[in-house]
Order: sequence, then C-alpha cells, then structure tokens
Amino acid sequence: MQNNDHGHTHDEPEVHAPSPDEPPPASEWEFLEKALSELLVETGVIEEADVQRMMNFTESRNPALGAKVVARAWTDSGFRDRLLCDARKTLREEMEIDVGTIAELEAVENTDKLHHVVVCTLCSCYPRNLLGTPPAWYKSREYRSRAVREPRIVLKEFGTVLPSDVSIRVLDSTADLRYLVIPKRPGGTEGWPADRLEALVSRDSMIGTALASDPDSK
Amino acid sequence: MIEPRFAPGDRVHVDTRPAERHCRTPFYLRGRTGVVEAVHGRFRDPDRLAFHRPGLPKHYLYRVRFDQVSVWGEAAENSADVVVADLFEHWLTKASPGETAHAK
Repeated sequence: MQNNDHGHTHDEPEVHAPSPDEPPPASEWEFLEKALSELLVETGVIEEADVQRMMNFTESRNPALGAKVVARAWTDSGFRDRLLCDARKTLREEMEIDVGTIAELEAVENTDKLHHVVVCTLCSCYPRNLLGTPPAWYKSREYRSRAVREPRIVLKEFGTVLPSDVSIRVLDSTADLRYLVIPKRPGGTEGWPADRLEALVSRDSMIGTALASDPDSK
Repeated sequence: MIEPRFAPGDRVHVDTRPAERHCRTPFYLRGRTGVVEAVHGRFRDPDRLAFHRPGLPKHYLYRVRFDQVSVWGEAAENSADVVVADLFEHWLTKASPGETAHAK
C-alpha cells in the first residue's frame, strides 16, 4: 500500500479513470508530421495560426452542413435546379459554402425511379469540403469492391432495400468530380420547414447507402 | 482550343492496355463499352500528376455510363442498373457500331 503526502492511498481503482499521463510513444508518421510542420513554420511558408485555421475549417465541414444543403433543395425548387446544374457556384453564391479547388462537386437527385449511390473504387474520394471526412467503411476494400458489383446486396446490408423498379446508378468517383446525393424527400413531410427536415438527412443518405429518415422516427 | 473527341450519346470502348503505375481507369471497366453522358471539361492527367509532373496537356474527362450487364454479364444483379465513372479521353476509343462487348 502506497502512502502519499495528502493522507490517502491511490491504489483503489477509480471509477472514472483519467487518461494516462504518459501518452503512448509517437508513431513514425507523427514525428514526420511534426518535423514537416515545424519546418514549414520556421522557414516562413506558413504560420502556426494557418494550421489552426485549417483544422477549424476541416471541422466545420460535416454532414450537418450537407443536410442544410439537402433541406434547402427540398424546400426551394429553384435552388435545387441551380444546385443540380452548378453545385459549386450555387453553394458559393447562395449558401456561402466554398467547396475548394481540389475537385468539382456535382449534386445528383434520387427519385421514385432512380437511386444514386457513390463509391470510390480506386481510393476514398469523397466530398470532404462539404461533408467532412468519410466514414471508415467508405474507405474499406469491401465497400469499394462490392458497391459496383452488387449494389443491391450492399445496400441491403445497410438496411436499404429498393424495389426492383427503382434503377440504381452507382457513381464511381474515379477522377476530378465528387458527388453529393440529394436523397428523396420522405413522404409525410409536406409543409415542414427546412430546419426540421435537416434532421432527416443522414450522412449515409447523402452517399446513397441510406434513404432519408422516416418522419415518424423524428 | 482542342475540341473533345466524343459527345454525349457516343459509344466508347475503354482501353485494355496495362496501366503504368498510377492510373484512374478502374480495372473492372477496361475492355468494356459504355455511353458518354457528359463532357466534364479538361483536367490535368492524373497518371502524370501522381509522379509530380505537371500533368499537361490537360485531357478531356467524360462521364461514361455502363450497363451492369455489360460489365458483369450474367452476374449482374439487375438489368436496369448502371455504373457510371469519370474517364479520361486517352483511355477511350470510339466503339464500332453495334458493338456490345457484353461480359461473358
């Protein structure tokens, strides 16, 4: 039993154990990142504040932002048409969302007869500048290889069963375009304001592996 | 200004040459025939960009639609389903009329 200078012992396990004071050793990649970032700052290529600004930007891009875009498209047909025609310009001009210069963004619309689902068979291309980082399964070899070959079985595993008269369009993001799926607006949501509709739009529904949520569930 | 070689509606054949290192033409579409849906414009060549080359001249990029049946043959899940990919002009040739190139 260990006694310390404040009158009680510390050998009882605590219910809410704090994270260990000694972090695990840094990986080779962490050293590389640290070395590179310090070098860029030292040589004046970037400032430390730039790194923080970039991290804040990355975190500001997430499925909630995509859900705002979808809900607006559901409630404003003019916006929807402009979004489908030129997503970059429409998001910049009407929602002040800059999708960056790395890739083009294209919005596609799911309907009663057509269902889009997005995959990147070659790596993990994803509309990060709108939806943030992709889910782990999106990058998995299994999803990437199977989504193009047996999309209906894959969708079923996500709990999404489509009638056979709904055609599936699998979009393989092989090059310079990233795809945003506008899921079909669920029935029973007539008259709902955009902010209420946003709650029905999941990340997966904007990839196409899910439908927008049933309004009864919200 | 270089004009695109293909237009929406054209049937195109994806080349089967071996990929040299990095390549954005997926293997499962090589040798398949699809239909051009859209001309996206010109983009830098990813096969060169991957090796820190400028990737110039830019190549036209097309959205090409393939019937699931033409890609997977009898293993296709649903004959009405399609797979769509964005492919560069230097991987495409005009398909001969009537060419179906169905998978075995």
